[in-house]
Amino acid sequence: MKTLTLAVPGWPGHAAGQHVDVRLTAPDGYQTERSYSIASPPEDANQLELAIERLEGGEVSPYLVDQLAVGDELEFRGPIGGYFIWTVDIGGPLLLVAGGSGIAPLMAMVRHRATRRSRVPTRLLYSSRSLDEVIYRSELDQLATRGDGFEVFHTLTRTRPSDWSGYSRRIDRDMLREVAFVPEQRPLCMVCGPTALVETVASTLVELGHPPDRIKTERFGPTGG
Amino acid sequence: MTFISPGFREKPRDQSTAGRLPPGQYVVRDFPVLSAGPTPHTPLDHWTFSITGEVDNEKHWSWDEFRQLPTENITRDIHCVTKWSKLGTEWQGVSVDTLLGGIETSAEFAMAYSDGGYTTNLPLEDLTGGKAWIAFAFDGAPLEAQHGGPARLLVPHLYFWKSAKWVRGLRLMAENVPGFWEMYGYHMYGDPWREQRYSGD
Repeated sequence: MKTLTLAVPGWPGHAAGQHVDVRLTAPDGYQTERSYSIASPPEDANQLELAIERLEGGEVSPYLVDQLAVGDELEFRGPIGGYFIWTVDIGGPLLLVAGGSGIAPLMAMVRHRATRRSRVPTRLLYSSRSLDEVIYRSELDQLATRGDGFEVFHTLTRTRPSDWSGYSRRIDRDMLREVAFVPEQRPLCMVCGPTALVETVASTLVELGHPPDRIKTERFGPTGG
Repeated sequence: MTFISPGFREKPRDQSTAGRLPPGQYVVRDFPVLSAGPTPHTPLDHWTFSITGEVDNEKHWSWDEFRQLPTENITRDIHCVTKWSKLGTEWQGVSVDTLLGGIETSAEFAMAYSDGGYTTNLPLEDLTGGKAWIAFAFDGAPLEAQHGGPARLLVPHLYFWKSAKWVRGLRLMAENVPGFWEMYGYHMYGDPWREQRYSGD
């Protein structure tokens, strides 16, 4: 994982959850585009942060992670997407469920909420393979100490420190029952990650009684390039 | 101004795909899943397919009635707006021509609608003339729920968001009205060969 911070003078602004399409052009004119979620909040003026997962054999992500250097320019279009978004005006409670690099658009929501000093009850359930793959860990832990209604729950699915006190398995029904508010509170559920995680989480939330129209999903995976 | 990304090179590709890939697409071997919400699981005995809207007489089929209609085997390349293409996908389905047979309408557009509330709009002429199917099998097996089963619309010449998963009917319309993704800025038509991804393309 690598986060890229782009200076974007005149950026028109975005909503937390939107993405951009990054376009690369080779010297021979060949062009290709991939979508990346914006991890920075709308309140960061003239600046965008993208979280890039390096996909082995990919055409775009290895270039962005390995070759792109500070000072290089990048071409992209956006912001794109208006469905998988959250603003403080939409309210809550808000349940965020992330798998791996699926944290990116949810991070924009968490940062937007904090910047706007929102007190909307918000819980983030974040699944990672190991502790060192948890991106934004210190920032999330710091935000969770503010006492403003934001809570973070980590689960580590492969390896974990000996003193680990969080969850230690893939997200399942019991975990969602503990974290996901109760259906009667009608939380807005935003789920982003690899397909298998998104399928499991969304269908389990429905089984637990959450209305399907309160569950929004976004998929990340190797084919995200 | 031509913008160059220093050091970027095209990944070598399989030349056998030459001419089959629309601009900006790349080939995948797996079958990615994209959707905006939970996967619906409608039991077959509750499933119906309907033709509604600008018609004198609406038509409805139960699953059993639908499955007694003539079927076709379809082999086509499919192209997702998120840049992946999958070549030579094999489907089995009922032609939309069959479902619209005998229906008199002055409508020029249709809204496909699905379990879960998804909708997408298409010109009626893109659904007729052997260009669209209601597909119920993929690769010789019943279509999996996460890929749109029990049945999805299949309109392979347009970006794949037009091939509505979990489709339950077509509402015929006189005017072209945006569907779900079209309301969020995606193209009203979605021709991959003209790279019509977003409105304004």
